[in-house]
Amino acid sequence: MSDKELSFEQSLARLDEIVRHLEKGDLPLQDSLTLFTEGTALLKRCNEMLDAAEQTVVKLKKGPDREPVELPFEDE
Amino acid sequence: MNMDRPVLSVTELNERIKGLLDRDPLLSEVCVRGELSNYKIYPSGHHYFTLKDSESSLRCVMFRTQASKLRFRPESGMGVTAYGRVTVYPRDGAYQLYCTQLMPEGMGDLQVAYEQLKARLEAEGLFDPAHKKPLPLFPQKIAIVTSSAGAAVHDMMRILGRRWPMSKLLVLPVRVQGAEAPAEIAGAIRYANEFKVADLIITGRGGGSIEDLWAFNDERVARAIFASEIPVISAVGHEPDVTISDYVADRRASTPSNAAEIAVPDQNEIREVLAGYALRADQSERKRLEALRERLRALEDKRVLNDPSAALEMRRQDLDHRLQRLLSAEERIVSARRQSFVRLAASLDAMSPLRVLRRGYAVATDDRGALVRSAAALSAGDRVKLRFTDGAADCRVETVENDTEERYV
Repeated sequence: MSDKELSFEQSLARLDEIVRHLEKGDLPLQDSLTLFTEGTALLKRCNEMLDAAEQTVVKLKKGPDREPVELPFEDE
Repeated sequence: MNMDRPVLSVTELNERIKGLLDRDPLLSEVCVRGELSNYKIYPSGHHYFTLKDSESSLRCVMFRTQASKLRFRPESGMGVTAYGRVTVYPRDGAYQLYCTQLMPEGMGDLQVAYEQLKARLEAEGLFDPAHKKPLPLFPQKIAIVTSSAGAAVHDMMRILGRRWPMSKLLVLPVRVQGAEAPAEIAGAIRYANEFKVADLIITGRGGGSIEDLWAFNDERVARAIFASEIPVISAVGHEPDVTISDYVADRRASTPSNAAEIAVPDQNEIREVLAGYALRADQSERKRLEALRERLRALEDKRVLNDPSAALEMRRQDLDHRLQRLLSAEERIVSARRQSFVRLAASLDAMSPLRVLRRGYAVATDDRGALVRSAAALSAGDRVKLRFTDGAADCRVETVENDTEERYV
């Protein structure tokens, strides 16, 4: 599973899974260190996602071919 | 003054008038149209007001139970139709309308239509909780079907941005009041579904009069919400306003701001969750490493690992020990043998005839060299040889004396 493909929600679910695994403490050392590293990377990425997030607001209009077209949202 | 007439107490008189009024079938269930004035809501929850027209006025009361069911906020100056019963309030000696229902003027038909539609859609199952879809926990795109003017859209943008800026907002501008509004709202909801533009829809508008909110009581809007594959939050008006849309939607929000709070998580809470995960992962990993380190320390304490020559040394010691045991065993055997030899030699020595001779005895042998053991073996004239410790003497036997008998007496 590549980090890049995980949504925030999936990352959170994966983190939950990792932490539970680690807490059980029944993994071989190498595996638990690998998991720990993965968890740390996920945590970092989630926090970065939150820090970097900037709200996007667009106005959605029906284009000439009915397809949605995004326009900047302006006060009317 | 005609004193022949019976004299009544005030109470008796008021009771008599009350009786007259109460017997009148029209007054027990009357509909009266007028304008609200002096509208007051008491802390008890009862509503007191006056209904008036250009020439007359009527005192009215609406008790808390009925008043709480009002779908609009009555205000002085509003034209209404009131339903209820007229009777006397004996304490004041005044008659008044005990109002059970209040309809804004001109809204009567709409109100009926609302109730009819609500009953029909409910019977059809459109409000059934079984049809309600769960909302996404972290919506990536939120379609907002509302007016792009007005405070509602800005309230939602502000709150959504503060709580969860990661959600992209797509505003589908529609008119939210007027004759065109229901078709536009319903159309936008269908369009959002057709092109799957979002994973959550919020539709609604800010507060207003019951007429202003009416588009959200339209059957077309209700059916579009019901048909939506994308979960819908309905957010119409203020807390007490409940529209048909609210009943059909997957979730009802009391206001547009409330919809924004329902739609997304609060990032502060999620940051706390993340911090919690970080802490838990850290702690369990630290515990784990500590346990391993402990095991390692225990192993380190064993001398074999600590000093590689220790094993060799131990073996050497072992060898030495065995050798020592072997040697001492051999020694014991040798000395035992030596002792038994000495004993043997001693007994040999004791038996030696030479030793007997040293004590002063002599051994006699005959001329053939045989030992003479008995006097009886000799006769006078025999030659014997006596052997002493230091030499021998040849002798001749003169006489033989046998002393056997004397010896055994």
